[in-house]
Amino acid sequence: MEAILTAVIPVVIIGILCAAMLVIASKLMAVKEDERLPKVRECLPGANCGACGFAGCDGYAKALCENSDTPANLCIPGGAEVARELSEVLGVDAGEIEPKVAAVHCGGDCTATDDKVDYQGIESCSAAKLVYGGKGKCGFGCLGLGDCAAACPQDAIIVRGGLARILEQECIGCGICVKTCPNRIISLVPAKEHYFVACSNKDKGAATRKACSVGCIGCKKCEKLCPAGAIKVEGNVASIDLKLCTGCGACAEGCPAGCILLDKDGKLSKPVKE
Amino acid sequence: MTKFIIILLSAVFINNYVLSRFLGICPFLGVSKKLDSATGMSIAVIFVMLISTAVTWPIQMYLLNPNNLGYLQTIVFILVIAALVQLVEIVLKRYIPSLHKSLGVYLPLITTNCAVLGVTILNIDEGYTFWEAMVNSLGSGLGFFLAMVMFSGVRSKLEGADIPKSFKGLPITLIAASITSLSFMGFGGVVENLFG
Repeated sequence: MEAILTAVIPVVIIGILCAAMLVIASKLMAVKEDERLPKVRECLPGANCGACGFAGCDGYAKALCENSDTPANLCIPGGAEVARELSEVLGVDAGEIEPKVAAVHCGGDCTATDDKVDYQGIESCSAAKLVYGGKGKCGFGCLGLGDCAAACPQDAIIVRGGLARILEQECIGCGICVKTCPNRIISLVPAKEHYFVACSNKDKGAATRKACSVGCIGCKKCEKLCPAGAIKVEGNVASIDLKLCTGCGACAEGCPAGCILLDKDGKLSKPVKE
Repeated sequence: MTKFIIILLSAVFINNYVLSRFLGICPFLGVSKKLDSATGMSIAVIFVMLISTAVTWPIQMYLLNPNNLGYLQTIVFILVIAALVQLVEIVLKRYIPSLHKSLGVYLPLITTNCAVLGVTILNIDEGYTFWEAMVNSLGSGLGFFLAMVMFSGVRSKLEGADIPKSFKGLPITLIAASITSLSFMGFGGVVENLFG
Protein backbone atom coordinates (compact mmCIF):
# COMPACT_ATOMS: atom_id res chain seq x y z
CA MET A 1 0.00 0.00 0.00
CA GLU A 2 2.74 2.36 0.98
CA ALA A 3 4.55 1.67 -2.30
CA ILE A 4 1.49 2.73 -4.28
CA LEU A 5 1.03 5.87 -2.22
CA THR A 6 4.63 6.95 -2.62
CA ALA A 7 4.17 6.66 -6.36
CA VAL A 8 0.70 8.20 -6.64
CA ILE A 9 1.11 11.16 -4.30
CA PRO A 10 4.10 12.79 -6.06
CA VAL A 11 2.43 12.42 -9.45
CA VAL A 12 -0.80 13.92 -8.14
CA ILE A 13 1.10 16.80 -6.56
CA ILE A 14 3.01 17.48 -9.77
CA GLY A 15 -0.26 17.28 -11.72
CA ILE A 16 -1.98 19.75 -9.43
CA LEU A 17 0.99 22.12 -9.56
CA CYS A 18 1.02 22.01 -13.36
CA ALA A 19 -2.73 22.57 -13.51
CA ALA A 20 -2.54 25.51 -11.10
CA MET A 21 0.32 27.00 -13.13
CA LEU A 22 -1.69 26.72 -16.34
CA VAL A 23 -4.82 28.20 -14.79
CA ILE A 24 -2.93 31.16 -13.39
CA ALA A 25 -1.06 31.68 -16.65
CA SER A 26 -4.19 31.58 -18.78
CA LYS A 27 -5.92 34.04 -16.44
CA LEU A 28 -2.97 36.43 -16.26
CA MET A 29 -2.01 36.32 -19.90
CA ALA A 30 -5.38 36.02 -21.56
CA VAL A 31 -5.35 37.68 -24.95
CA LYS A 32 -8.43 39.73 -25.67
CA GLU A 33 -10.03 38.46 -28.81
CA ASP A 34 -12.70 40.37 -30.60
CA GLU A 35 -15.97 38.99 -29.26
CA ARG A 36 -17.68 39.64 -32.54
CA LEU A 37 -15.27 37.45 -34.50
CA PRO A 38 -16.95 34.06 -33.89
CA LYS A 39 -20.37 35.62 -34.46
CA VAL A 40 -19.28 37.22 -37.72
CA ARG A 41 -17.68 33.97 -38.82
CA GLU A 42 -20.90 32.14 -38.09
CA CYS A 43 -22.86 34.44 -40.39
CA LEU A 44 -20.63 33.66 -43.35
CA PRO A 45 -21.47 30.61 -45.45
CA GLY A 46 -18.05 28.97 -45.10
CA ALA A 47 -17.59 28.15 -48.78
CA ASN A 48 -14.11 29.76 -48.68
CA CYS A 49 -14.55 30.79 -52.31
CA GLY A 50 -12.62 34.05 -52.08
CA ALA A 51 -15.20 36.07 -53.99
CA CYS A 52 -15.03 38.77 -51.30
CA GLY A 53 -11.35 39.33 -52.10
CA PHE A 54 -10.07 38.00 -48.76
CA ALA A 55 -8.40 34.68 -47.99
CA GLY A 56 -11.49 32.62 -47.24
CA CYS A 57 -14.33 33.27 -44.83
CA ASP A 58 -11.99 33.52 -41.83
CA GLY A 59 -10.01 36.25 -43.55
CA TYR A 60 -13.14 38.21 -44.38
CA ALA A 61 -14.48 37.84 -40.82
CA LYS A 62 -11.18 39.11 -39.44
CA ALA A 63 -11.13 42.05 -41.83
CA LEU A 64 -14.71 42.93 -40.89
CA CYS A 65 -13.88 42.98 -37.19
CA GLU A 66 -10.58 44.80 -37.41
CA ASN A 67 -11.43 47.41 -39.99
CA SER A 68 -14.82 49.04 -39.78
CA ASP A 69 -14.45 50.37 -43.34
CA THR A 70 -14.71 46.86 -44.79
CA PRO A 71 -18.02 46.65 -46.65
CA ALA A 72 -20.41 44.07 -45.23
CA ASN A 73 -21.87 43.20 -48.61
CA LEU A 74 -18.85 41.51 -50.19
CA CYS A 75 -20.05 37.96 -49.66
CA ILE A 76 -21.59 37.01 -52.98
CA PRO A 77 -22.64 33.43 -52.14
CA GLY A 78 -24.36 34.60 -48.96
CA GLY A 79 -26.13 37.39 -50.79
CA ALA A 80 -28.43 39.93 -49.19
CA GLU A 81 -29.30 37.72 -46.24
CA VAL A 82 -25.71 37.38 -45.05
CA ALA A 83 -25.10 41.09 -45.62
CA ARG A 84 -28.08 41.90 -43.43
CA GLU A 85 -26.96 39.50 -40.69
CA LEU A 86 -23.43 40.89 -40.81
CA SER A 87 -24.67 44.45 -40.55
CA GLU A 88 -26.76 43.49 -37.53
CA VAL A 89 -23.79 41.93 -35.77
CA LEU A 90 -21.42 44.75 -36.66
CA GLY A 91 -23.87 47.60 -36.47
CA VAL A 92 -23.15 49.06 -39.89
CA ASP A 93 -25.11 49.63 -43.07
CA ALA A 94 -25.65 46.52 -45.11
CA GLY A 95 -25.47 48.13 -48.50
CA GLU A 96 -27.18 46.76 -51.56
CA ILE A 97 -26.28 43.35 -52.84
CA GLU A 98 -27.61 41.51 -55.81
CA PRO A 99 -27.29 37.73 -56.00
CA LYS A 100 -25.37 36.70 -59.07
CA VAL A 101 -24.72 33.56 -61.03
CA ALA A 102 -22.30 32.72 -63.79
CA ALA A 103 -23.41 32.59 -67.42
CA VAL A 104 -21.54 31.03 -70.33
CA HIS A 105 -21.58 33.33 -73.35
CA CYS A 106 -21.40 30.55 -75.90
CA GLY A 107 -24.03 28.30 -77.40
CA GLY A 108 -21.75 26.24 -79.58
CA ASP A 109 -22.34 22.66 -78.50
CA CYS A 110 -21.55 19.75 -80.80
CA THR A 111 -24.77 20.21 -82.78
CA ALA A 112 -23.96 23.82 -83.66
CA THR A 113 -20.24 23.79 -84.35
CA ASP A 114 -17.53 21.32 -85.19
CA ASP A 115 -13.90 20.54 -84.49
CA LYS A 116 -11.23 21.75 -86.87
CA VAL A 117 -8.46 19.53 -85.49
CA ASP A 118 -8.32 16.27 -83.59
CA TYR A 119 -6.84 17.49 -80.32
CA GLN A 120 -5.16 14.77 -78.29
CA GLY A 121 -3.14 16.85 -75.86
CA ILE A 122 -3.62 17.55 -72.17
CA GLU A 123 -7.28 17.67 -71.14
CA SER A 124 -7.21 21.30 -70.15
CA CYS A 125 -8.70 24.36 -71.86
CA SER A 126 -5.67 26.53 -71.23
CA ALA A 127 -3.36 23.90 -72.76
CA ALA A 128 -5.67 23.37 -75.75
CA LYS A 129 -5.90 27.12 -76.26
CA LEU A 130 -2.16 27.24 -76.93
CA VAL A 131 -2.54 24.91 -79.93
CA TYR A 132 -4.13 26.92 -82.77
CA GLY A 133 -6.50 28.54 -80.26
CA GLY A 134 -8.30 25.33 -79.40
CA LYS A 135 -9.73 22.43 -81.34
CA GLY A 136 -13.06 23.99 -82.31
CA LYS A 137 -13.74 25.96 -85.47
CA CYS A 138 -14.65 29.00 -83.40
CA GLY A 139 -11.66 30.54 -81.65
CA PHE A 140 -13.78 32.52 -79.21
CA GLY A 141 -16.14 29.91 -77.83
CA CYS A 142 -16.13 27.29 -75.13
CA LEU A 143 -13.10 24.99 -75.39
CA GLY A 144 -15.10 22.26 -73.70
CA LEU A 145 -12.34 20.67 -71.64
CA GLY A 146 -13.70 21.81 -68.32
CA ASP A 147 -11.12 24.08 -66.68
CA CYS A 148 -14.07 25.99 -65.23
CA ALA A 149 -15.70 22.80 -63.95
CA ALA A 150 -12.45 21.76 -62.27
CA ALA A 151 -12.05 25.18 -60.66
CA CYS A 152 -15.64 25.46 -59.44
CA PRO A 153 -15.76 25.04 -55.65
CA GLN A 154 -19.42 24.00 -55.77
CA ASP A 155 -19.28 21.54 -58.69
CA ALA A 156 -21.85 23.77 -60.35
CA ILE A 157 -20.45 23.47 -63.87
CA ILE A 158 -20.77 20.47 -66.14
CA VAL A 159 -19.47 20.10 -69.66
CA ARG A 160 -22.07 18.56 -71.94
CA GLY A 161 -21.80 18.27 -75.69
CA GLY A 162 -18.51 20.16 -75.65
CA LEU A 163 -20.06 23.13 -73.92
CA ALA A 164 -19.81 24.21 -70.30
CA ARG A 165 -23.14 24.70 -68.59
CA ILE A 166 -23.88 26.32 -65.27
CA LEU A 167 -26.17 24.59 -62.79
CA GLU A 168 -27.67 27.75 -61.42
CA GLN A 169 -29.16 26.12 -58.34
CA GLU A 170 -25.64 25.17 -57.28
CA CYS A 171 -23.84 28.31 -58.47
CA ILE A 172 -22.88 30.70 -55.70
CA GLY A 173 -21.62 33.42 -58.02
CA CYS A 174 -18.06 33.46 -56.69
CA GLY A 175 -16.62 34.27 -60.12
CA ILE A 176 -13.71 31.81 -59.99
CA CYS A 177 -14.77 30.34 -63.37
CA VAL A 178 -14.86 33.85 -64.84
CA LYS A 179 -11.15 34.19 -64.10
CA THR A 180 -10.34 30.58 -65.06
CA CYS A 181 -11.81 30.47 -68.56
CA PRO A 182 -8.96 31.13 -71.03
CA ASN A 183 -11.43 32.53 -73.58
CA ARG A 184 -13.14 34.72 -70.97
CA ILE A 185 -16.61 33.69 -72.08
CA ILE A 186 -18.10 33.38 -68.59
CA SER A 187 -19.47 36.41 -66.77
CA LEU A 188 -21.55 37.03 -63.68
CA VAL A 189 -25.16 38.01 -64.29
CA PRO A 190 -28.03 38.73 -61.89
CA ALA A 191 -29.69 35.57 -60.68
CA LYS A 192 -33.10 36.43 -62.00
CA GLU A 193 -34.96 35.92 -65.25
CA HIS A 194 -32.96 37.64 -67.96
CA TYR A 195 -31.91 37.56 -71.59
CA PHE A 196 -28.30 37.12 -72.56
CA VAL A 197 -26.21 36.73 -75.68
CA ALA A 198 -24.88 33.18 -75.88
CA CYS A 199 -21.95 34.02 -78.14
CA SER A 200 -18.59 35.72 -77.83
CA ASN A 201 -17.40 35.42 -81.44
CA LYS A 202 -15.79 38.64 -82.64
CA ASP A 203 -15.25 37.47 -86.23
CA LYS A 204 -17.17 39.06 -89.07
CA GLY A 205 -20.60 37.60 -89.78
CA ALA A 206 -19.60 35.34 -92.66
CA ALA A 207 -16.70 33.80 -90.77
CA THR A 208 -18.85 33.27 -87.69
CA ARG A 209 -21.55 31.64 -89.77
CA LYS A 210 -19.06 29.14 -91.20
CA ALA A 211 -17.79 28.19 -87.79
CA CYS A 212 -21.03 27.90 -85.86
CA SER A 213 -24.75 27.83 -86.59
CA VAL A 214 -25.70 29.72 -83.44
CA GLY A 215 -22.98 32.39 -83.53
CA CYS A 216 -23.73 36.09 -83.34
CA ILE A 217 -23.15 37.47 -86.83
CA GLY A 218 -23.24 41.08 -85.72
CA CYS A 219 -26.23 41.99 -87.91
CA LYS A 220 -27.45 44.63 -85.43
CA LYS A 221 -31.06 43.57 -85.81
CA CYS A 222 -31.42 43.24 -82.05
CA GLU A 223 -30.01 46.73 -81.60
CA LYS A 224 -32.81 48.10 -83.75
CA LEU A 225 -35.49 45.88 -82.22
CA CYS A 226 -34.72 46.77 -78.62
CA PRO A 227 -37.18 49.42 -77.42
CA ALA A 228 -35.06 50.29 -74.40
CA GLY A 229 -31.77 50.72 -76.29
CA ALA A 230 -30.12 48.15 -74.05
CA ILE A 231 -28.32 46.22 -76.78
CA LYS A 232 -25.10 47.28 -78.43
CA VAL A 233 -23.18 45.42 -81.09
CA GLU A 234 -19.49 46.01 -80.64
CA GLY A 235 -16.75 44.07 -82.39
CA ASN A 236 -19.30 41.95 -84.28
CA VAL A 237 -20.92 40.61 -81.14
CA ALA A 238 -24.02 41.85 -79.36
CA SER A 239 -24.14 42.57 -75.65
CA ILE A 240 -27.12 43.37 -73.45
CA ASP A 241 -26.95 46.02 -70.77
CA LEU A 242 -29.06 44.37 -68.09
CA LYS A 243 -29.55 47.64 -66.25
CA LEU A 244 -31.54 48.98 -69.21
CA CYS A 245 -33.13 45.71 -70.34
CA THR A 246 -36.85 45.51 -69.66
CA GLY A 247 -37.10 41.82 -70.49
CA CYS A 248 -39.51 42.23 -73.38
CA GLY A 249 -37.80 39.54 -75.40
CA ALA A 250 -38.06 41.32 -78.78
CA CYS A 251 -34.36 40.74 -79.43
CA ALA A 252 -34.54 37.04 -78.81
CA GLU A 253 -37.54 36.66 -81.09
CA GLY A 254 -35.89 38.64 -83.84
CA CYS A 255 -32.38 37.23 -83.71
CA PRO A 256 -31.72 35.43 -87.01
CA ALA A 257 -28.93 33.33 -85.50
CA GLY A 258 -30.93 32.46 -82.41
CA CYS A 259 -28.09 33.30 -80.09
CA ILE A 260 -30.06 35.47 -77.65
CA LEU A 261 -31.44 33.17 -74.99
CA LEU A 262 -33.82 33.54 -72.08
CA ASP A 263 -32.43 32.34 -68.79
CA LYS A 264 -35.39 31.47 -66.62
CA ASP A 265 -34.73 29.66 -63.33
CA GLY A 266 -31.53 28.23 -64.71
CA LYS A 267 -33.15 26.88 -67.90
CA LEU A 268 -31.92 28.37 -71.15
CA SER A 269 -34.50 28.64 -73.89
CA LYS A 270 -35.12 30.29 -77.17
CA PRO A 271 -38.48 32.00 -77.42
CA VAL A 272 -40.96 30.24 -79.66
CA LYS A 273 -41.69 32.29 -82.77
CA GLU A 274 -45.36 32.81 -83.35
CA MET B 1 34.78 20.91 -25.08
CA THR B 2 35.51 17.95 -27.34
CA LYS B 3 32.85 15.98 -25.51
CA PHE B 4 30.23 18.63 -26.31
CA ILE B 5 31.16 18.57 -29.99
CA ILE B 6 31.01 14.78 -30.06
CA ILE B 7 27.60 14.79 -28.39
CA LEU B 8 26.31 17.45 -30.77
CA LEU B 9 27.56 15.78 -33.95
CA SER B 10 26.45 12.31 -32.83
CA ALA B 11 22.99 13.62 -32.07
CA VAL B 12 22.70 15.33 -35.45
CA PHE B 13 24.16 12.65 -37.71
CA ILE B 14 24.78 9.26 -36.15
CA ASN B 15 21.92 8.96 -33.71
CA ASN B 16 19.61 11.11 -35.75
CA TYR B 17 16.28 10.86 -33.97
CA VAL B 18 14.22 10.35 -37.07
CA LEU B 19 16.51 8.46 -39.38
CA SER B 20 18.46 6.24 -36.96
CA ARG B 21 16.39 6.00 -33.82
CA PHE B 22 13.03 6.13 -35.65
CA LEU B 23 11.44 8.50 -33.17
CA GLY B 24 9.13 11.32 -34.27
CA ILE B 25 8.13 9.55 -37.48
CA CYS B 26 4.62 10.98 -37.26
CA PRO B 27 5.57 14.63 -37.92
CA PHE B 28 8.35 13.43 -40.23
CA LEU B 29 5.79 11.90 -42.59
CA GLY B 30 2.93 14.23 -41.80
CA VAL B 31 4.40 17.71 -42.01
CA SER B 32 7.21 17.24 -44.53
CA LYS B 33 5.14 17.95 -47.64
CA LYS B 34 6.10 21.61 -47.83
CA LEU B 35 9.40 23.22 -46.91
CA ASP B 36 7.91 26.06 -44.87
CA SER B 37 5.74 23.83 -42.69
CA ALA B 38 8.69 21.44 -42.29
CA THR B 39 10.95 24.24 -41.04
CA GLY B 40 8.20 25.61 -38.77
CA MET B 41 7.67 22.21 -37.23
CA SER B 42 11.39 21.57 -36.79
CA ILE B 43 12.03 24.91 -35.11
CA ALA B 44 9.16 24.20 -32.74
CA VAL B 45 10.69 20.78 -32.01
CA ILE B 46 14.14 22.26 -31.26
CA PHE B 47 12.51 24.80 -28.98
CA VAL B 48 10.39 22.26 -27.10
CA MET B 49 13.27 19.75 -26.80
CA LEU B 50 15.48 22.40 -25.19
CA ILE B 51 12.96 23.69 -22.67
CA SER B 52 11.69 20.22 -21.75
CA THR B 53 15.22 18.99 -21.12
CA ALA B 54 15.90 22.07 -19.03
CA VAL B 55 12.93 21.19 -16.84
CA THR B 56 12.95 17.38 -16.79
CA TRP B 57 16.66 16.91 -16.03
CA PRO B 58 16.43 18.75 -12.68
CA ILE B 59 13.18 16.95 -11.86
CA GLN B 60 14.84 13.56 -12.40
CA MET B 61 18.06 14.43 -10.58
CA TYR B 62 16.76 16.44 -7.63
CA LEU B 63 13.22 15.11 -7.16
CA LEU B 64 12.82 11.57 -8.44
CA ASN B 65 16.26 10.03 -7.88
CA PRO B 66 16.77 11.11 -4.24
CA ASN B 67 13.33 9.69 -3.35
CA ASN B 68 13.89 6.43 -5.26
CA LEU B 69 11.07 7.31 -7.64
CA GLY B 70 13.06 6.87 -10.84
CA TYR B 71 10.44 4.48 -12.19
CA LEU B 72 7.92 7.36 -12.36
CA GLN B 73 10.11 8.97 -15.03
CA THR B 74 7.87 8.39 -18.04
CA ILE B 75 4.57 9.52 -16.58
CA VAL B 76 6.05 12.52 -14.78
CA PHE B 77 7.91 13.62 -17.90
CA ILE B 78 4.79 13.37 -20.06
CA LEU B 79 2.83 15.40 -17.51
CA VAL B 80 5.47 18.07 -17.14
CA ILE B 81 6.22 18.41 -20.85
CA ALA B 82 2.53 18.68 -21.77
CA ALA B 83 1.92 21.36 -19.14
CA LEU B 84 5.10 23.17 -20.10
CA VAL B 85 4.27 23.36 -23.79
CA GLN B 86 0.81 24.67 -23.00
CA LEU B 87 2.36 27.30 -20.74
CA VAL B 88 4.85 28.30 -23.41
CA GLU B 89 2.02 28.63 -25.89
CA ILE B 90 0.09 30.94 -23.58
CA VAL B 91 3.18 33.04 -22.90
CA LEU B 92 4.05 33.29 -26.59
CA LYS B 93 0.50 34.26 -27.50
CA ARG B 94 0.62 37.09 -24.99
CA TYR B 95 4.11 38.49 -25.53
CA ILE B 96 5.41 37.37 -28.94
CA PRO B 97 2.34 37.02 -31.19
CA SER B 98 4.45 36.82 -34.35
CA LEU B 99 6.38 33.80 -33.05
CA HIS B 100 3.13 32.30 -31.81
CA LYS B 101 1.68 32.68 -35.28
CA SER B 102 4.54 30.81 -36.93
CA LEU B 103 4.94 28.13 -34.25
CA GLY B 104 1.33 28.18 -33.10
CA VAL B 105 -0.16 25.19 -34.87
CA TYR B 106 2.92 23.01 -34.33
CA LEU B 107 3.32 23.50 -30.59
CA PRO B 108 0.26 21.48 -29.48
CA LEU B 109 1.13 18.85 -32.09
CA ILE B 110 4.43 18.02 -30.41
CA THR B 111 3.34 18.17 -26.77
CA THR B 112 3.45 14.41 -26.45
CA ASN B 113 5.68 13.66 -29.38
CA CYS B 114 7.85 10.61 -28.85
CA ALA B 115 10.98 12.40 -30.11
CA VAL B 116 10.65 14.98 -27.33
CA LEU B 117 9.99 12.36 -24.67
CA GLY B 118 12.76 10.23 -26.15
CA VAL B 119 15.32 13.01 -25.84
CA THR B 120 14.50 13.72 -22.22
CA ILE B 121 14.59 10.04 -21.20
CA LEU B 122 17.73 9.22 -23.20
CA ASN B 123 19.48 12.21 -21.61
CA ILE B 124 18.97 10.57 -18.24
CA ASP B 125 19.84 7.04 -19.47
CA GLU B 126 23.12 8.24 -20.97
CA GLY B 127 24.07 9.80 -17.63
CA TYR B 128 24.67 13.25 -19.10
CA THR B 129 25.34 16.28 -16.91
CA PHE B 130 22.92 19.20 -17.28
CA TRP B 131 24.87 21.00 -20.01
CA GLU B 132 25.65 17.79 -21.85
CA ALA B 133 21.95 17.04 -21.80
CA MET B 134 21.17 20.50 -23.18
CA VAL B 135 23.73 20.07 -25.99
CA ASN B 136 22.29 16.64 -26.78
CA SER B 137 18.78 18.15 -26.99
CA LEU B 138 20.00 20.91 -29.28
CA GLY B 139 21.75 18.35 -31.47
CA SER B 140 18.69 16.11 -31.57
CA GLY B 141 16.52 19.07 -32.53
CA LEU B 142 18.97 20.07 -35.26
CA GLY B 143 19.03 16.47 -36.47
CA PHE B 144 15.25 16.51 -36.69
CA PHE B 145 15.45 19.82 -38.56
CA LEU B 146 17.98 18.35 -40.99
CA ALA B 147 15.88 15.24 -41.61
CA MET B 148 12.71 17.28 -42.13
CA VAL B 149 14.27 19.77 -44.54
CA MET B 150 16.04 17.04 -46.51
CA PHE B 151 12.93 14.95 -46.73
CA SER B 152 10.69 17.84 -47.75
CA GLY B 153 13.12 18.33 -50.65
CA VAL B 154 12.83 14.65 -51.54
CA ARG B 155 9.05 14.84 -51.39
CA SER B 156 8.82 17.90 -53.59
CA LYS B 157 10.86 15.97 -56.18
CA LEU B 158 8.54 12.99 -55.77
CA GLU B 159 5.56 15.17 -56.53
CA GLY B 160 6.80 15.82 -60.07
CA ALA B 161 8.03 12.27 -60.64
CA ASP B 162 6.16 9.74 -62.71
CA ILE B 163 5.41 7.13 -60.06
CA PRO B 164 3.62 3.83 -60.77
CA LYS B 165 0.01 4.14 -59.68
CA SER B 166 0.19 1.55 -56.92
CA PHE B 167 3.12 3.38 -55.32
CA LYS B 168 1.61 6.84 -55.35
CA GLY B 169 1.18 8.66 -52.06
CA LEU B 170 2.27 6.99 -48.84
CA PRO B 171 4.06 3.88 -50.26
CA ILE B 172 6.61 5.87 -52.23
CA THR B 173 7.01 8.25 -49.28
CA LEU B 174 7.89 5.34 -46.99
CA ILE B 175 10.34 3.94 -49.54
CA ALA B 176 11.99 7.34 -49.91
CA ALA B 177 12.15 7.66 -46.12
CA SER B 178 13.86 4.29 -45.81
CA ILE B 179 16.46 5.20 -48.44
CA THR B 180 17.11 8.54 -46.72
CA SER B 181 17.47 6.66 -43.45
CA LEU B 182 19.85 4.16 -45.06
CA SER B 183 22.09 7.00 -46.21
CA PHE B 184 22.41 8.18 -42.60
CA MET B 185 23.67 4.75 -41.54
CA GLY B 186 26.82 5.72 -43.41
CA PHE B 187 27.71 8.18 -40.64
CA GLY B 188 28.14 5.36 -38.10
CA GLY B 189 31.54 5.53 -36.45
CA VAL B 190 32.60 8.71 -38.23
CA VAL B 191 32.56 11.01 -35.20
CA GLU B 192 34.37 8.61 -32.86
CA ASN B 193 37.13 8.18 -35.43
CA LEU B 194 37.40 11.93 -36.01
CA PHE B 195 37.92 12.80 -32.36
CA GLY B 196 38.97 9.45 -30.91
